[in-house]
Amino acid sequence: MIIAAHGEAGARLRDFLDRRRDDIIGSWVETGFFGEAAGDAAADVRADCENVLTALSHVVETGNLHDPAAEPFQEIRALLGGLAAQQARQGNTAAQITANLTWLKEPVLRLWLDEQPEGQQRTEDVLALSAALDTLRLVVMETAVTEGADIIAHQQQQLAEMSTPIIKLWKGVLAVPLIGTLDSMRSQAATESLLQAIVDQQAQVAILDITGVPAVDTMVAQHLLKTAMAARLMGAECIISGIRPQIAQTMVQLGIDLGEVATRASLSDALAYALNRVGLSVTPAQRG
Amino acid sequence: MHQVGEVPVLDLGGVLLVSIQVELLDDTVLALQQDLTERVAETGARGVIIDISSVDIVDSFLARALRDIAAATEVLAARTVLVGMRPAVAITLVELGLTLPGMTTALSVERGLELLDTRLDENYPTRQG
Amino acid sequence: MTTTAASRVVQVSSEMDIVRVRQAAREAAVEAGFSLVEQTKLVTAASELARNTLVHGGGGQVSTELTVQQGRTVIRMVFTDSGPGIADVDQALADGFSTRGGMGLGLGGAKRLVDHFAIETGPDRGTVVTISSAARRGRRR
Repeated sequence: MIIAAHGEAGARLRDFLDRRRDDIIGSWVETGFFGEAAGDAAADVRADCENVLTALSHVVETGNLHDPAAEPFQEIRALLGGLAAQQARQGNTAAQITANLTWLKEPVLRLWLDEQPEGQQRTEDVLALSAALDTLRLVVMETAVTEGADIIAHQQQQLAEMSTPIIKLWKGVLAVPLIGTLDSMRSQAATESLLQAIVDQQAQVAILDITGVPAVDTMVAQHLLKTAMAARLMGAECIISGIRPQIAQTMVQLGIDLGEVATRASLSDALAYALNRVGLSVTPAQRG
Repeated sequence: MHQVGEVPVLDLGGVLLVSIQVELLDDTVLALQQDLTERVAETGARGVIIDISSVDIVDSFLARALRDIAAATEVLAARTVLVGMRPAVAITLVELGLTLPGMTTALSVERGLELLDTRLDENYPTRQG
Repeated sequence: MTTTAASRVVQVSSEMDIVRVRQAAREAAVEAGFSLVEQTKLVTAASELARNTLVHGGGGQVSTELTVQQGRTVIRMVFTDSGPGIADVDQALADGFSTRGGMGLGLGGAKRLVDHFAIETGPDRGTVVTISSAARRGRRR
């Protein structure tokens, strides 16, 4: 059943929401949904309640009860997103946050039922009010989910950036110790930060050390190769080090060819090669 | 100083330095290709340095032109060094499959000049990279 | 939920217009919050395709629009010409094929640089190439 509030009913409900504004806001503040209303925050919490109530009252007036994309709801999206994010940080799931919204619904319906005489009109109006509040829940759920996805994407990116340190081994020589499973996002982040570091430090040689990578499949090998080719286009050289014997065997079995990219078994071999490339050699110190 | 379209070509005494600072039209790219080859022949330059550190995209058209410039100057016994390619441009070119094999590259104009000097010292060395 | 911003159209009839298409792609990518690498990939793909529109299609137009899909900003670019069309699309998409200079990487290369690539063409039917890409990373804040 679709409940619509048109003209008269819309005006009646809007009048109710406006008339009982203070009562509704009072009960909403008490629910704690909008946050702790103590001290300095009290005014903010009240303002948030007012904004949500204003949107709700516009929605019932226009009769657009079932559309989460309705204009008045759109206007409070950022506000609802903020509230959802705040609750998410307190450890609430999107489902819990949405469930908590029943706290807003009950007092409004109760106030309406208390003041209206029984009859067909009271029932229809309460259904309309309920529908609008349910749609508000949908909007909150939508923003909570988007908010959650944003937080996850943000954390993934932080992780990707965090897990690829670029180490300067010598003037002109960089090393990236790759550790753990390389997914496409992490390897892309590693490539981008390495290439940027090559420019920033004018490094002629970069060592990609895969000692800490458990397995090298075709994807990972392709990526290492692409990184080396991009570095070469920029005027630097990549060396891949830390290729363990079993990884070397797997690579041969998979038919992976690293082409012209220099490879070394250990990081120290790679460093010796790199120093040679930048025109340096390591000799025993003269004692005397 | 010499100019092709809006692209200045500097003669550093035996080395031509081309610094691409503006968004290039295809015609300018072709003019540059022709002009550089002629200038190498005229001046007997031993090297050409093309600085693309200000270039924010290299598509297949420009990549092909750069490759052809290098090949043509090579025939005239001058080596072309491509310097200063940005990381994002390099990643994109590799993704496009344009890895410019055989092209000599360097991180900066200074490094490019060093490479050309090494080449002179070694008389006629093997190709780098 | 999908919201669509106004789309921007660039007429392609000269080489200068290829530069304008690149600029339109760049501006859209910046607005959509693309990383520098993502921007560069999109602009390069747009450059390849705009050159095709001009050279093979005899000119045409390129529209660029931003849409928001499930909270992600997606850039869609449509390259339209009424030129001779392409008889063998598979061959045109294969690396190394080119009817005019280049490295034959115009179409195939552009395809590798974007998330989605679609082409509608046939002999004497003109060509419409549609590409779209979204920012991979979460919004920075």
